[in-house]
Amino acid sequence: MQYMLLLYSDEKAWATFSPAEQKAGLEQYAAYGEALRKAGAYVASDRLRDIKTATTVTVVSSKPQVMDGPFADTKEQLGGYYLIEAKSLDEAITWAARCPGASHGHVEVRPVWPMAGRADG
Amino acid sequence: MSAPEGDAAATAEAVARRSYGKLVAFLAARTRDVAAAEDALSEAFASALADWPRSGIPESPEGWLMTAAKRKLIDRARRAKTKDAAEPQLALMAEELGEMDTQDIPDKRLALMFACAHPAIEESIRAPLILQTVMGLSANAIASAFLTSPAAMAKRLVRAKDKIRDAGIPFEVPGREELAPRLSAVLDAIYATFSEGWSDPSDFDDVRRDLTGESLFMAQLVVQLMPLESEALGLAALMLHAEARRAARRDAEGEYVPLAEQDVTRWNIEQISEADILIRRAGGIEGLGRYEVEAALQSAHALRRLTGRNNWAEIVALYDALLAMQGSPVVAINRALAIAEIDGPTIALDALPHPDSDARLANYQPYWAARAELLARWGAAAEAAQAYDLAIGLERDPAVRTFLLKRKARLGH
Repeated sequence: MQYMLLLYSDEKAWATFSPAEQKAGLEQYAAYGEALRKAGAYVASDRLRDIKTATTVTVVSSKPQVMDGPFADTKEQLGGYYLIEAKSLDEAITWAARCPGASHGHVEVRPVWPMAGRADG
Repeated sequence: MSAPEGDAAATAEAVARRSYGKLVAFLAARTRDVAAAEDALSEAFASALADWPRSGIPESPEGWLMTAAKRKLIDRARRAKTKDAAEPQLALMAEELGEMDTQDIPDKRLALMFACAHPAIEESIRAPLILQTVMGLSANAIASAFLTSPAAMAKRLVRAKDKIRDAGIPFEVPGREELAPRLSAVLDAIYATFSEGWSDPSDFDDVRRDLTGESLFMAQLVVQLMPLESEALGLAALMLHAEARRAARRDAEGEYVPLAEQDVTRWNIEQISEADILIRRAGGIEGLGRYEVEAALQSAHALRRLTGRNNWAEIVALYDALLAMQGSPVVAINRALAIAEIDGPTIALDALPHPDSDARLANYQPYWAARAELLARWGAAAEAAQAYDLAIGLERDPAVRTFLLKRKARLGH
């Protein structure tokens, strides 16, 4: 089963880290990705750019409306994700607890809803 | 909140913490209905919070709660059952209620623990079940400790309690002939709780830190109620030794400190001597079990650091005994690390178990951390770096991750 680990944290905190701390942080993420790959659990992951680069689009009465900024202003922002393969929710939770993002923010674990009839599904 | 109300709330809470398991065990012992006992008790606590601020805190808060909870149980039985079916049980309860000496509630916690760790109860839910029924922890707290979803944990706990009631699992300490395996199920459940708590010694995770305290309390309770069982003594000693070193596992900056580098002046010497007394008591009792050997190992590690005496040969011998008893890869990993202290990293690497023979090792953090250390000592920097990466990636304690990053940086790779 696939699970999406959504990483939320206060992105302003990152800017307050020293270069050495940032380097250590990145190394931890790299090691985490490596452990996921070795375990055959890794499917995909990406880091997202800052929330100030976000643009939100909605179509109201057939008219697109485009807004600067995120859909919702929150204390912690979605900063990245890991898509993983896990046998059960508990296994996904175990991976979430190992994610460096869980020590400086929150990791939301969501099972992927497989869509029938999709070309790649 | 006015002052008396605050007092009443604080007293109710203190009684809840101290007596919860005792009250649940006593209430459930006759009916085997743990969930009903817990419900009745929580209603009794609610009544206490409403009543005590008005009428004052009763002389025996525990007895008051017991009486109130019994009444709730009887009310519930009256509502739920037909008159015929309920009558004998109700008569018994009413009788007991009338003559109960509130000062002296019999301690049925051990019987409750044996019911929770009964072979008919699935092994992985035994420790959570004991934590909830004997210690009164919430399903949420237990789910966090065992890394599972709170909704799923709550459901599994309900199912296990249904099973105790419906399958007629006895609330009793088993007889001599089946005691050993049944007791080891109870001790394993307590130790599983302790290990979950121990995995995060940092001060910010209250749930986990409390778990070690709760499980130590339970182990000491078993010792108190079964003072001649060497494995119970061994488990309590093992946990006391680990607990004695808690403060030293973090330095002033909150960073992880391994045993070899710990400041022994920060160890709790009273707990260490208490543990060693338990070990000597266990030694005087026939039979040698897993927990007794593990306690002896902890004691030997503590002695080495305290006296500077090189006792690695003794430690390897203890690991040999444990490996013969258990055959677990976890023991084999620690044995290999001890071998490295005598014979060096090459022989130790050969002694290390391999993921090819046990697939669980591939995702087992302590395996990669041990492998990395041994490879680093052997001088295989590139391979050590890879092993460190896996150890870091599989670790959930940020302090340990930082420690391993530093070790990896020392490779100069």
